[in-house]
Amino acid sequence: MSTRLPKKQMWIVAASFAVAICFGIAPAANAMHIMEGYLPISLCVFWGVIALPFVIWGFFSIRKIVDNNRRTMPLLAMAGAFIFVISSLKIPSVTGSCSHMTGTGLGALLFGPAAVAVLGIIVLLFQAILLAHGGLTTIGANCFSMAIAGPFVSYGLYQLGKKLHWNKKVNIFIACTIGDLFTYCVTSFQMAWAHHSNVGFAKAMVTNMAVYAATQVPLAIIEGLISIVIILALENYATDEMKSLGFIEA
Amino acid sequence: MSKSNKRTIWICIIACILIAVIPFAYGSKHGATFGGSDDAGGELVKKNDSSYKVWTEPILEKAIGGELPGEVESLLFCVQTGIGVGILFFFLGRFVERKKLGKEDQEL
Repeated sequence: MSTRLPKKQMWIVAASFAVAICFGIAPAANAMHIMEGYLPISLCVFWGVIALPFVIWGFFSIRKIVDNNRRTMPLLAMAGAFIFVISSLKIPSVTGSCSHMTGTGLGALLFGPAAVAVLGIIVLLFQAILLAHGGLTTIGANCFSMAIAGPFVSYGLYQLGKKLHWNKKVNIFIACTIGDLFTYCVTSFQMAWAHHSNVGFAKAMVTNMAVYAATQVPLAIIEGLISIVIILALENYATDEMKSLGFIEA
Repeated sequence: MSKSNKRTIWICIIACILIAVIPFAYGSKHGATFGGSDDAGGELVKKNDSSYKVWTEPILEKAIGGELPGEVESLLFCVQTGIGVGILFFFLGRFVERKKLGKEDQEL
C-alpha cells in the first residue's frame, strides 16, 4: 500500500510548513506599546481620562449589540480573539526591527469603533500584567492609540469608501491598513509630546515616526490582507450573522 | 465560496508571507538585529529628553525582581497567540461545519 499522500493533502502539509517556518524564524523581541514609566504621570492621567469615555461607550455598545442579536456573539468573540492573535505576533520589518499589528480594524468594521475600545483594553491589560509589555500606567495612552484612534479611522475610511462605491475588498484593505498605521502615528505623537525637551517637538515627532510608523508600514499591509481573508471567510460561512450586523446587505 | 474569492485569499496569504520573510532574509544578511521597536523608542527618549527618568517598572518585573527571561516571555506570547487562535478557529470551524450540514439558519 502506498503511503504517499493525495496531492491536495500534500499542498496542505506544505502550506502548514510554510506558515510554521515563517513564525518560527521571527526573532524574539519586544514589540511595541508605550512602556511602563515612559510617560510622565500628568500625561498618564491625561490619556487615561480621554480613553475612559470611549471604553464606557464601548461597553454599552457591546451590550446593545448582544441584546439586539445574540447570534452575533461568536463574531464578537472572534473579533476579540483576532486582536489577541495579531497583537502577539512580532514580525520583522524593513527597518531592521520588529513590531506587531493591532488587529483592531476588523472589529471596528464589524461592530463599530466603540466596541473595539473594550476588546482592545482587554488585550492591553493582558499584555501589561502578564507580559511586561506596554504598561498599566500607560494603558490610557496605549488604549487611545490602539483601541480608539486606529479603529475610528478604519471605520471612518470604510464608511467613506462605501459611499464612494469602492470595491469592497479594496475598501477593507485600505481601512484596516491605514487604521493600523494611524495607531502608530498617534503613538509617535504621544511620545514626541512627552519627550522633546532636547530637540523640540517637530524633530522629536519626525524621529519617533521613523522608529514607530516606518517599522509599521509593511505590517499594516499584512493586517489589511489578513482582514480581507477573515471577512471573506465570515461572509461565506457566517452569512446570516454578517447580515444581521448589516455588513452584508440583507 | 466563489472562485475569485478563493483566489483573493491565496494571493493575500502568499503576499503576507513574502512581506514578512523578505525583509528578514535581506536584513539578516546585512546585519539587522530585529530588536523591538520599543527598545529603539526607549533609546529615543534618552536622546530627545535626557533629563527624563523612568519612574516605574512593569508590575511583573517588580514581582519577580528583575527582567522577564526571554524564553519565558516568548512562552507567554505563545500562550496569548494560542488563546486567540483557539477561540478564532473554534468558531470558524463551527461555522464551516454548520454550513456543510446545511443548518445555516440555526444559531451557533
